[in-house]
Amino acid sequence: MADLKKQIIEQLNLQEVTPESIGNDEPLFKEGLGLDSIDALELIVLLQQHYNIRIANPEQGPEIFYSIRSMAEFIVAQQTAKA
Amino acid sequence: MNSAEAYITGYCIIRQQGIWLNGQLLWEADRSMDLQEWLRAGYDRFSGQYPKFHKMDALSKLGWLAAEVLLKDAPLQALPPEKVGMVLSNRSGSLDTDLRYYATVKDIASPALFVYTLPNIVMGEICIRHGFKGENTFFVSENFDPELMSSYPAQLLAATPLEACLCGWVEVMGEAYEVALFLLEKTPTGLAKPLTATALNDIYLNNKISK
Repeated sequence: MADLKKQIIEQLNLQEVTPESIGNDEPLFKEGLGLDSIDALELIVLLQQHYNIRIANPEQGPEIFYSIRSMAEFIVAQQTAKA
Repeated sequence: MNSAEAYITGYCIIRQQGIWLNGQLLWEADRSMDLQEWLRAGYDRFSGQYPKFHKMDALSKLGWLAAEVLLKDAPLQALPPEKVGMVLSNRSGSLDTDLRYYATVKDIASPALFVYTLPNIVMGEICIRHGFKGENTFFVSENFDPELMSSYPAQLLAATPLEACLCGWVEVMGEAYEVALFLLEKTPTGLAKPLTATALNDIYLNNKISK
């Protein structure tokens, strides 16, 4: 999850945020990191670029991108399914 | 309305790594900095606490920073949001960002860059920051046009509910950039210089009002 935090900070240009300041279960949108709809699109790009994962069902988005932990669990599940 | 019935009440010039407010050089950075480094240093010096800044393209950062400096001591908070408008112009439109976005299309198109592929987005960023809701317009012209930048805002101030208008030039292409942002108001506060094309051009050329 530490690597994922670094990737998110770089992808979303969160220059005033450190990996340590992002809680694993903290909401990424609204009250947590305060990400917006463009950031959501950038997270989709991040999954494609770094993990070669495409989200087949857009309705899963809020669940996948709820927190660092939910994103990490989704990535692991996708990689396990591919293996 | 004669354009003399509106006033230049303040201005901010950004060029050659320097920032001038109402003719006074506020800050001049190390000339070895590239534009992005300089913009970050300017943000740290004059603002901070606005993380969205880092996501903006260079055009928006330049306009936003100039507005930040210009409005720090003249925040226009007394005016209703819909009474503050904006008229900006430049030579290159959003071409600097268009080219960066185009370069990403070969791989995966960047949504964060795409949203800045219009020149008027800089006005949106300034409006969001300061809460302005008045009419705004962006012109593309070869050079700073003092006639247009005096007559059009003067007409807006005369014929619409606007009481104040930011106007000027926000240009960037690669490492070349230049900003001349003027605050125009119906009420002669601040510098209270009568609005004319000559006055705007004088400030644009000299970074200050000549005697």
